[in-house]
Amino acid sequence: MTETIPTPLDALLKTHKLTRGEYEKILQLLGREPNLTELGIFSVMWSEHCSYKSSKVHLRKLPTESARVLQGPGENAGIIDIGGGYAIAFKIESHNHPSFIEPFQGAATGVGGILRDIFTMGARPIAVMDAIRFGPLGSAENGARNRRILDGVVQGISHYGNCFGVPTVGGETAFEACYDGNPLVNVFALGVFKHDEIFLGRAEGVGNPVIYVGARTGRDGINGASMASDVFTTAAELQRPTVQVGDPFMEKLLLEACIEAMKTGAIVGIQDMGAAGLTCSTSEMGSRAETGIDFDLKYVPQRETGMTPYEIMLSESQERMLLVAEKGREQEIFDVFNKWGLESATIGKVTDDGMLRVRNNGVVVAEIRNRDLADEAPLYNRPYTKPYRDVPMEGPVFASAGLDGDLLAMLASNDLCSKKWIWEQYDYMVRTNTLAGPGCDAAIVRIKETGTSVAMSLDGNGRYCYLDPREGAKLIVAECCRNLSIAGALPVSLTNNLNFGNPERPEIMAQLVEAIEGLAEACTFFETPITGGNVSLYNETLGESIFPTPVVGVVGLLPTMKPIPSAFPAAGLDVVLLGGFGDCDLTHFGGTQYAKQVLQQLWGLPPKLDMEFEKRVQAAAREIALGGLTESAHDLGEGGLAVGLAECTFGGIGAAVSFASDLRPELALFHEAPSRVLLGTSKLEEVQRVAAAHGVPALSIGKTEAGSLSIAIANGPAMRIEIDRLYKTWDGALEEALHV
Amino acid sequence: MKFAVVVFPGSNCDHDAYYAVTSNLGQQADFVWHDSENLNGFDAVILPGGFSYGDHLRCGAIARFSPVMRAVKKFADAGGQVAGFCNGFQILTEAHILPGALIRNAGLRYICKTIGLVTATADSPFTNTLEKGQLLHIPIAHGEGCYTADAATLDRLEAEDRVVFRYTNNPNGSMRDIAGILNEGRNVMGMMPHPERVSDPLMPGTDGIGVFKSMMAALVRSS
Repeated sequence: MTETIPTPLDALLKTHKLTRGEYEKILQLLGREPNLTELGIFSVMWSEHCSYKSSKVHLRKLPTESARVLQGPGENAGIIDIGGGYAIAFKIESHNHPSFIEPFQGAATGVGGILRDIFTMGARPIAVMDAIRFGPLGSAENGARNRRILDGVVQGISHYGNCFGVPTVGGETAFEACYDGNPLVNVFALGVFKHDEIFLGRAEGVGNPVIYVGARTGRDGINGASMASDVFTTAAELQRPTVQVGDPFMEKLLLEACIEAMKTGAIVGIQDMGAAGLTCSTSEMGSRAETGIDFDLKYVPQRETGMTPYEIMLSESQERMLLVAEKGREQEIFDVFNKWGLESATIGKVTDDGMLRVRNNGVVVAEIRNRDLADEAPLYNRPYTKPYRDVPMEGPVFASAGLDGDLLAMLASNDLCSKKWIWEQYDYMVRTNTLAGPGCDAAIVRIKETGTSVAMSLDGNGRYCYLDPREGAKLIVAECCRNLSIAGALPVSLTNNLNFGNPERPEIMAQLVEAIEGLAEACTFFETPITGGNVSLYNETLGESIFPTPVVGVVGLLPTMKPIPSAFPAAGLDVVLLGGFGDCDLTHFGGTQYAKQVLQQLWGLPPKLDMEFEKRVQAAAREIALGGLTESAHDLGEGGLAVGLAECTFGGIGAAVSFASDLRPELALFHEAPSRVLLGTSKLEEVQRVAAAHGVPALSIGKTEAGSLSIAIANGPAMRIEIDRLYKTWDGALEEALHV
Repeated sequence: MKFAVVVFPGSNCDHDAYYAVTSNLGQQADFVWHDSENLNGFDAVILPGGFSYGDHLRCGAIARFSPVMRAVKKFADAGGQVAGFCNGFQILTEAHILPGALIRNAGLRYICKTIGLVTATADSPFTNTLEKGQLLHIPIAHGEGCYTADAATLDRLEAEDRVVFRYTNNPNGSMRDIAGILNEGRNVMGMMPHPERVSDPLMPGTDGIGVFKSMMAALVRSS
């Protein structure tokens, strides 16, 4: 051992974000003091980001199995059987902290990281979606910064995904003051492959060579995993060197080379170097296979001279992979990587002693059991009380100043306006599989090889979850599954990204626990097991925590067919509200977009969800879609019936709708009760027959017509707006808010 | 007929072009790796979209020096059909097989959307099944598609009927709304829009197949 621990120890532990207790555990596991390199290795592997130490005891509550699940949590991505000998791998991952520090590279490398998670398993990525959240664009205090962050994030995603050649097919963009100092960038990726093409991150076979491929290691991103496990102070800009720099062309080469190398049959196991780089890939691959890895840093391709073992082990340089090959077949792998102009080098070998042994020019500089790093991180059952909330249960007294104006204001809001300006900067069509892309309720990507398609939807709602994390989490799962069902897809699995504040605060920890339990309940009920995901904690800046924001990505399966549009395609169709009007009172109105955009308030509880009813609505919607019984289908989500109807007119056809309601007009038009779908159909009777068979109402509330949208409530007010005006208000609002 | 689809390391529309030729047009296609100098046995060559060698310097600036481009130049000089879509167009201008240059979009942003195109001439192997003036809806997906040339070059292109497509609503600042052009011999075409993306009945439109059908018709006529 060449290095010793400098004193004072506490300062050193603090910079490594390790507690005294954790240090004691390190001493116990090692049976001696760690040197600096070893301390660095422990610090990243035991960081919240890599070890899930605060969330793991609760994550175990999530359902992870079904007949379709080929690979559950614990690998680089989950895998689901889609039939015909094919499978899909998919996962969501956050890059919140880096995107605040450096939006362009933070978001770009977020895309890069999740793509590597997919193709490291052998799957070719065929779709990406992004859930991004920012502070309000028009904020007097932080608007300029929020606009700059949004622009940087969008350009980063565009830069990376477009060049790599994967379509960005959907996502969501939301705004809330709590994301002012803590934007959220959650990236979902999905890939396809055959069952016999699946690769795992396992270092099997004692004596097999350990091979490093891809970009050289530099000093970028050192300690990124620890950075992502801390709250922000004002000095965020000083952390810029902890953000990595991405090269999508290198990633594209890496993809093609890896997939080609896998076909040689010489690869035993493979894992990307993401968070905690070389440290994580070596120790996790060894730990999963219960083997050791012995390697020498002098063989690691390096971008700069004079890097210390500490720096090499903790670097998060992008576009690198670690693989274990069959002994004697190294050359086959080198040949493939040479063809693609990439470096590859044998850096060590698999051993039978379970140790991660790092040498520098032959001298051992770190020696730790793989399982101590990957599996022995301390687990915390952190104390939790009641979920934090600081808003009243009772709603305010209010009266609309004009329903037409309310609707227009909502359509022009950051949250509900068209996001076309964002998604037109993404290539959403490359690979010519995108049947339904951005702007649709669910994205649909066909699998040319099987003749079937995969539908996917990404959703979160910080306001609902702030009011009630458990119910909020259930609502977003229900909404995602509904989005898929109206396209005709059967939801089969889910990946989640849990974005929360500081888990060391009991009332924040309580949010996390409640949300996980809500997810568990909903995923069990909707039969969508969770095959993996990501937890991002410490999303707090200057003591201000974000709303609890679980984001879920649900995937579903359907036969390949022309997608059903969400907008009314023709005049003269019956407008049908599948699932009925739903119920709402003032308390359950407090989390709606109306409360936010028109009243600028937040109170009460999220909408009520009856999961059993929801499931029947979804079954009916699926049968209607697959039976070709409707010309259009649109989920009623944020903004309720009036916003949903307005969105249905954006294809250029309006509607005249009238109905009776016991609710006051603001609630009747804008409440957000779930389990509702708007259809435009020429087969009313058949739709009603299917709905009745599922015990679900399908109310005919009007007809589509050219020109305008009119909504009349019996014995109440009526509204009538030209669809052109609705569209222009909605279409141009984001550009206006961004001043572009 | 047999089409070559050239593959640079950063090509990412290569599979799409291949699929359009094989599944939608019903013809043969083979991928040709960028270090190959051999295009023997091919009836037409497609340079697909993507980022050739990463396009770090300028789109196509490195690709023009690749071995396969020497072969493409020879193939074109011998009168063979060469179509470059998007990055393929950029490479053809960098290689001086087509005149002008494609610079950063006027709005300085990448744009992916379906746009209107007017067929400016039907007198080419790439548009012979279309009508002059025919309106097509074909997607663009590029950050550097602003067609630029000096006035004399533009005048000459127009005088010789070598503008093959024009934008109806210019999305990127291209001079004289030019979306695609022909070489002097009319056997090489570059266009920024992606016809291979709208050649399949399941895609949101099939206006792109006309380009492939035209290539096929011209090949059949000359064989």
